[in-house]
Amino acid sequence: MRNSAIAAAGLRKAYQDKVVLDGIDLDVETGTVFSLLGPNGAGKTTTVNVLTTLVKADGGTARVAGHDVATQTKAVRAAIGVTGQFAAVDELLTGRENLQLMADLKRLSSAEANRVITDLLARFDLTESARKLASTYSGGMRRKLDLAMTLVDRPEIIFLDEPTTGLDPRSRRTMWDIIRQLVADGVTIFLTTQYLEEADRLADRIAVLDQGHLVAQGTPAELKRQIPGSHLRLRFAGEAELGAALRLLTGAAREDEDDLVVRVPSDGGAASVRALLNELDAHSIDVEDFSVHTPDLDDVFLALTGHPSTDPADTKENPR
Amino acid sequence: MSTDAIIMLRRNFKHTIRNPVAVFNAILLPIVIMLMFVGEIGGAFNVGVRYVDYATPGMIVLTICYGLSATALAVNSDMAKGIINRFKVMDISRGAVLSAQVIATVLRTLVAVAAIIGVAFALGFRPDASLLEWLGAIGLILLISFATSWFTIALGLAAKTPESAGMTVVPLILLPFLSSAIVPADKMGPGIRQFAEYQPFTPIIETLRGLLTGHPSGSNAITAIAWCAGIGLVGYVWSLATFRKRA
Repeated sequence: MRNSAIAAAGLRKAYQDKVVLDGIDLDVETGTVFSLLGPNGAGKTTTVNVLTTLVKADGGTARVAGHDVATQTKAVRAAIGVTGQFAAVDELLTGRENLQLMADLKRLSSAEANRVITDLLARFDLTESARKLASTYSGGMRRKLDLAMTLVDRPEIIFLDEPTTGLDPRSRRTMWDIIRQLVADGVTIFLTTQYLEEADRLADRIAVLDQGHLVAQGTPAELKRQIPGSHLRLRFAGEAELGAALRLLTGAAREDEDDLVVRVPSDGGAASVRALLNELDAHSIDVEDFSVHTPDLDDVFLALTGHPSTDPADTKENPR
Repeated sequence: MSTDAIIMLRRNFKHTIRNPVAVFNAILLPIVIMLMFVGEIGGAFNVGVRYVDYATPGMIVLTICYGLSATALAVNSDMAKGIINRFKVMDISRGAVLSAQVIATVLRTLVAVAAIIGVAFALGFRPDASLLEWLGAIGLILLISFATSWFTIALGLAAKTPESAGMTVVPLILLPFLSSAIVPADKMGPGIRQFAEYQPFTPIIETLRGLLTGHPSGSNAITAIAWCAGIGLVGYVWSLATFRKRA
């Protein structure tokens, strides 16, 4: 285990008789982004809570920044920052006051605090709203403020628990940019998400969590090799066209006997789609309708666990 | 007090200023009740002394209790909104978070009590207390406020939702009405009278009344202080236990 920011072995946790974590092993290299991918109820938040000293594990060990989470909580807490699933901002304070509160609690000198706060507000595009109460902020602004509060004292390891769940696409992209910037600054990031796309874009390594077990671990490329790739769905007007297309296209398969739909493996990129449509055109095969299907979390789950990613018991994974 | 607690206290002050409903509940509502009882209904009660002199100590205790719902709500929403986890990961002690809430409540209560005493004077309240008795009265007010605050914090932490947190303090708000605050216990019907005689707020109010009218009663004072110490201690221990469990 060289240079591990986070190393966990055999973590177990149960609430009453419900097993939430059933032997989790993790190893996150310093300066990388590690993503824990899984549906609601998989145990993502519990994993974060254990690693951030908020919850004690029933079994197993974990070291964060080289310190044991069970016995050296103070040292662990000094090294980490956490942005939880529920934006932990003070709604009755303004954006600036929220950041000031963090700076005060971290005993920053007033000059230093001023510099850090002004810089964070600008970086997160919150300068204009700095004097408004956080209760007036949109969901995206709250998440940004939340993360900015986490960054006030420059933690070396940051835990982000579903930082983009519930955000609109634009806010999600802003959040991704911010996360990339942090990595560029040398911060280690532990990210949980329900979105394969998010893990794919940001993470150096992904672990897939299902009902308290890690069912797969690897780089995004390694992981995607294990799951059905993206494909094109082509719908034809009649059996003749469909038959011709099946003979022409390599790897093509009929989706369903009742439908006139063919699936063709493809990376979904513009060039390959154009080439394929041109080829059909050259043979005068008319396509009625087509769509690109990229693998999502459901595909990953189906491929790795043999069951869909739906929440098994609709229970909240973080009982309060 | 630790630096963390002072920072937290500053945060609670800002909350109070920005939450006009809580300020209304804590300051204006007791005044309205006072005007209602003293100005409107009080003439009908025969309590042996001028009614405003009789009722003011009870109104002071009522004021202390009215301010508590805001505290229960504030404590509970901190727990519900995840900011408590942030504080915990930052190694802010529960002592700092909770004692800041208690001190903010006591200070807010003092403002409200000063307001109700001001209104009482305007309505003709003429206490016969010496300086020493005034100091004793202020000390008792602080003690009641401190004890009920800790108890309220425990209630707020134990409640599942902010709505139910607001409800949990209703008994504390109602108890003074069922004490000798409005009329002497011996004028009440059977059942209610026994209840009024043995519940904590009657000796507390009698002690305060004795101090303000210049006839302090030692036996009531001992019972009152014992009640306050008990309520405060239960609240304190219960708060810390619940905080550890929840956060």
